[in-house]
Amino acid sequence: MSGLRLTEGSRGPGASVAVEGAPLTRTQVPYVTGSSVLGMKCADGVVIACDTMASYGSLARFKRLTRMHVASPNCILGVGGDYSDFQQLQTMVDAEMTAQYVANDGLSLSPKAIHAFLARHMYHRRCKVDPLWNSVLVAGFHKGEGTLSLVDLYGTAYSSDVLATGFALHLGLPLLRNAHRPDITVAEAKVVMNDVLKVLFYRDARTNDVVQLATVTAAGVEVGDMVKLDTEWNHKAFVQGARAGDESSW
Amino acid sequence: MCRGVLSCFCLLDHSQYDLSSTTFSPDGRVFQIEYAQKAVENSGTAVGVSCKDGVVMAVEKVVVSKMLVPGTMRRAHLVDHHSGLVISGLISDGRQLATRARDECSSYKSVYDSAIPGHVLAERLANFAHVYTLYAYVRPFGCAALLGAHDDTNGYQLYLVEPSGVSYRYFGAAVGKGKQAAKTALEKLDFKSLTCREAVKELAKIIVDVHDEAKDKLYELEMCWVCEESKNMSQLVPQDVVDEARKAAEAAQDDDSDMDDDE
Repeated sequence: MSGLRLTEGSRGPGASVAVEGAPLTRTQVPYVTGSSVLGMKCADGVVIACDTMASYGSLARFKRLTRMHVASPNCILGVGGDYSDFQQLQTMVDAEMTAQYVANDGLSLSPKAIHAFLARHMYHRRCKVDPLWNSVLVAGFHKGEGTLSLVDLYGTAYSSDVLATGFALHLGLPLLRNAHRPDITVAEAKVVMNDVLKVLFYRDARTNDVVQLATVTAAGVEVGDMVKLDTEWNHKAFVQGARAGDESSW
Repeated sequence: MCRGVLSCFCLLDHSQYDLSSTTFSPDGRVFQIEYAQKAVENSGTAVGVSCKDGVVMAVEKVVVSKMLVPGTMRRAHLVDHHSGLVISGLISDGRQLATRARDECSSYKSVYDSAIPGHVLAERLANFAHVYTLYAYVRPFGCAALLGAHDDTNGYQLYLVEPSGVSYRYFGAAVGKGKQAAKTALEKLDFKSLTCREAVKELAKIIVDVHDEAKDKLYELEMCWVCEESKNMSQLVPQDVVDEARKAAEAAQDDDSDMDDDE
């Protein structure tokens, strides 16, 4: 025995077991996790939305935690995945912003630059096979235009008019795509977000019904309060089971 | 006999004892440190006050060329959200000190998740400077830093970090060429009732008064504050405020000299 190795374990298929003589492997599973984040670019800004729960496995461990972080006056992050890795990201971004502040040269990091900064870090970590287990939505407003980008634990980085992470890649993204128009306003998008969050809460067992929306517009970042979703549990399918009234032979 | 004469000669001009900061002189001095302090005394004056609603620092930056773009080669630096410093002495040594101060701020933040208290920062900076007085293969810093900071426990603070590695907390401090005259002027201020806005004017007046027009014609006035007005954030004092204070100080000086002429 080579003594206690904290990296040993077999939690799920991603976990690797450190074997004597074999290369040391890093933590390969997230522990306390946040679920999906949604984002939509609008004509007059960007909206991002997520619920406020952090799960420990399937346990609803922490409720009413914010999964958003204001990076700069015109940029906000919405983060899913490992919560402690998210906190590490916050520390990194804040340190970068402090460096910007003390330089006092009249320059500031644009949302695009913040996204690139995160993407470099995430890719660097994944190349060390020690990733920060997150997907991050970066929403910003710069030079009269909204920006919405994503970076994940592999360092994959891209931008789009509508973005979703986690379970919402499956359940939320199609709804967002249907709802999106180039001329959609922030106010309209907020309503859409609420609807999609509701769907996610019904179907994704790692979410709660307290959600948070944030907007970035020409006026800057505005982080909304945590709001309880108005849910309806008397749908026939909920009461009688998923196949209620289903006449198909499937 | 001959050697005795030689060593006597050497002693007279310090040359045995000032080659390294690792050597004490027989009367207990370290000449290398004193020379470093000399480098500060040759530099533009820096003054600072800790007053009622903040801490303000000002520095006279002697401009080396008329073609220099204003605002380059700064002597006032921000080191964290709540602290800043101004440098008197060698400008590049000062930048080293500012960089170290920033590192100390961020490392404290990463460990304790809170902003570094002023006295901790001052102590760490002084330690940093002190280390450069201990070894033969390095030279002491040719600069002194006036450090202004705010924290919730100790309020507004002003420290002076010297090349020797000492740092004291002051209500008012001055270093550089005009420090004697500046100190005399500072002593007349009532730090308890003085506001930062007033302090900006007073400091501008001190710098203008101690400035040696005959020797250094051109100079820029740089100021840095941490005060209620700046929401306890470190800030370079807005240029228009500095300009206004300087103009008023220069006008007052002209009036004085007119009066002198009348007499």
